[in-house]
Amino acid sequence: MARKGKKTEDKPEAAGLSGNNFVTIYVMGEAYQVPRDLTIMKAMEYAGYRFIRGCGCRGGFCGACGTVYRTRDSYKLKVGLACQTVVEDGMFLTQIPFYPANKKDYDIRELQADTQVLVRFYPELMRCIACNSCTKICPQDIDVMGYIQAAIRGDIARVADMSFDCIMCGLCASRCPAEIVHYNVGLLARRLYGARIAPRAAHLARRLEEIKAGRFEPGLDKLVRMSEAELSRLYYQERDIEPE
Amino acid sequence: MYPESMQESIRRLNSTREERIKQGKIPLLDAEGKKALLKSFHPDYIETSMRALAVGANKGERTPHEIANVLEAWPIVDSKRFEPDKPKFSVDVLVIGGGGAGVAAALVAQENGANVLLTTKLRLGDANTMMAQGGIQAADKENDSPERHYLDVLGGGHFKNTPELARALVSDAPGVIAWLEELGVMFDKTGDGTMITIHGGGTSRKRMHACRDYTGAEIMRTLRDEFKSRGVHALEFCAAVELLTDDEGACCGAAFVNLDTDELFTVRAKATILATGGCGRLHIQEFPCTNHYGATADGLVLAYRAGARLVFMDTIQYHPTGVAYPEQIVGQLITEKVRGLGAHLVNVLGNRFIYELESRDITASAIIRECTERKNGVLTPTGRLGVWLDTPLIEMLKGEGAVKKNLPAMYHQFARFGIYMDKEPILTYPTQHYQNGGVLINDQGETGVKNLYAAGEVAGGIHGRNRLMGNSLLDILVFGRRAGRSAAEKARKLTGDKRAGFKHLIEFEAQLKSSKVPKERRSPMLFPEYRRKELQTPFAFAG
Repeated sequence: MARKGKKTEDKPEAAGLSGNNFVTIYVMGEAYQVPRDLTIMKAMEYAGYRFIRGCGCRGGFCGACGTVYRTRDSYKLKVGLACQTVVEDGMFLTQIPFYPANKKDYDIRELQADTQVLVRFYPELMRCIACNSCTKICPQDIDVMGYIQAAIRGDIARVADMSFDCIMCGLCASRCPAEIVHYNVGLLARRLYGARIAPRAAHLARRLEEIKAGRFEPGLDKLVRMSEAELSRLYYQERDIEPE
Repeated sequence: MYPESMQESIRRLNSTREERIKQGKIPLLDAEGKKALLKSFHPDYIETSMRALAVGANKGERTPHEIANVLEAWPIVDSKRFEPDKPKFSVDVLVIGGGGAGVAAALVAQENGANVLLTTKLRLGDANTMMAQGGIQAADKENDSPERHYLDVLGGGHFKNTPELARALVSDAPGVIAWLEELGVMFDKTGDGTMITIHGGGTSRKRMHACRDYTGAEIMRTLRDEFKSRGVHALEFCAAVELLTDDEGACCGAAFVNLDTDELFTVRAKATILATGGCGRLHIQEFPCTNHYGATADGLVLAYRAGARLVFMDTIQYHPTGVAYPEQIVGQLITEKVRGLGAHLVNVLGNRFIYELESRDITASAIIRECTERKNGVLTPTGRLGVWLDTPLIEMLKGEGAVKKNLPAMYHQFARFGIYMDKEPILTYPTQHYQNGGVLINDQGETGVKNLYAAGEVAGGIHGRNRLMGNSLLDILVFGRRAGRSAAEKARKLTGDKRAGFKHLIEFEAQLKSSKVPKERRSPMLFPEYRRKELQTPFAFAG
């Protein structure tokens, strides 16, 4: 994950920090005083970490910064994205920036969306013991076990829909006693749904034919040669806008 | 979860909602109105925010200080430490960058018979592509046409776009959507397969295709899966720090640092495609930004040193609606789709002040005017100003549950902080979003440097002085595919046996020296510096 700069003082007094504006967090066991209200990611940077791994979009979309933590006096493991989760006093945390995952290779154009295809590529699906650990750990609040059950039933459309918000952080796979890689199952289901189950857009196919036939070339030839003044006149005076 | 100090304004917003619905559409500004608004309030027009470049192909042209600081800088790794005659890999096509443009380029280059290597300084797919929420434009409906799309693109860009690039963009658009459909991207469709399309800022037809509000993520994870399934070779956590050139100045690969191990190595390539993205993390004028961690203009730096010309480097896109509250996620993107679905922009008094779907530069300027000159901004507890996006209105216009259904990522983002945007408005202020300009390319993705291509945000000219929503996801795929194809064709004609080195640096470094650029100023930046001052150290491999 991140590489550390110099370590900060463990004692807040020594670092000139005190009062209610700071909390103590433990990054892989090491204590740091950081301003409260920071996200875990910003707090680690404040503490001197320069991220190489464990940091991606910083906006909750990429799944690079999955973080597992505990708070004082509780046995419970909690999770969050470091870029979206605010620090708490006494938080013990580590990032899981990478998890070795099984991904099958396939040519989506040659696959049929039959009820067996998910299990054929990922037979370990059948080992699911319905423990719900995957759902409990998901930082996106996805019903992961629910879509795994749908995958076992071969309901591709349901898996595609239920797994749609997945950011592939891998935390589900890290907890699964059956060694299922949930997010790759969801990904295959979504691609199958998009490519095989959802009807193709007929208007799109028609437009491609028109483009191939060169229907828009004369108009574009004219447009690319227009002066700024001509374009501006067209744009401001003749361009009609499709109503809401 | 809003503090009491902000509640009063929310009550006003609630009380004006009925009236605002009846008000209908605010008229679009005319050319003169736009010009005046931009000149007074768009950040690009702040004279002191830019300076003329002292070195390179664009010497004398203005660009923000933050960009000038990475262009006018010494190599982060002394080129003498590399052994360009002992490359670690030799390939036909090298793609630098693992976002949408890079992966699309690699896939198409491979389809065209090239032996491809893709490198990225983060993970495959860690890119702004992944964060694009709202949609992708393509004129594929009956009432629309590539010509209409072209006119919208040019109008948005203030008619400064390179015509051949805008033409390529709109002409390839339907083909790109069909390619994605075939790869299994789950577009929002009706039961018979018709694409559900809406307006974006500056569109004359509803041509914004979306995948809920995960459009970029859905496209990126699909392309990445295809890339992996086809077994294309990728190196992650390897940062390009310099291009290699031959004695004639043609590009023939690049020099890298493995960020996990600090190993320095080179890659020889017959053709090289830069797909390194934009510059959001330079924080122009100290704006917060919507961009991913790696958006530090590295590709601009590499290409510029090799002699490439840049265009439109004096214009930055500020997205009108970045998060202004809560503080933890300030600057993050609130997709334009929120306005596309009908949400009003509302000031502290509960009034609208601009048509919500003007192009981005116009809307952003209007928000800044509202918060500065007109003093109609909403004040946050940390002293920021913003205006409301009336998101509960979407529920009224599109039916109960419409927010959660169409904006699941946004909903989730705010719910984490106890703000439920189907019931409460959200506070926004412009945030740095996009590099309108970049490395000048032609319609095959070729730059001014021989055998060097560029695609995606690093390239410039397509969008002129302002890009429209939904044309960036489009641009990365149109030009990624074009660059991939032409680079593969080019590679077939080359033997790749020229002597490789860093000859281009001799002239460039002489210019740096005579311009007295301080030796400590090095680039590419690779990652922004967010550690607190006393803990900041240079990279171990730097120098």
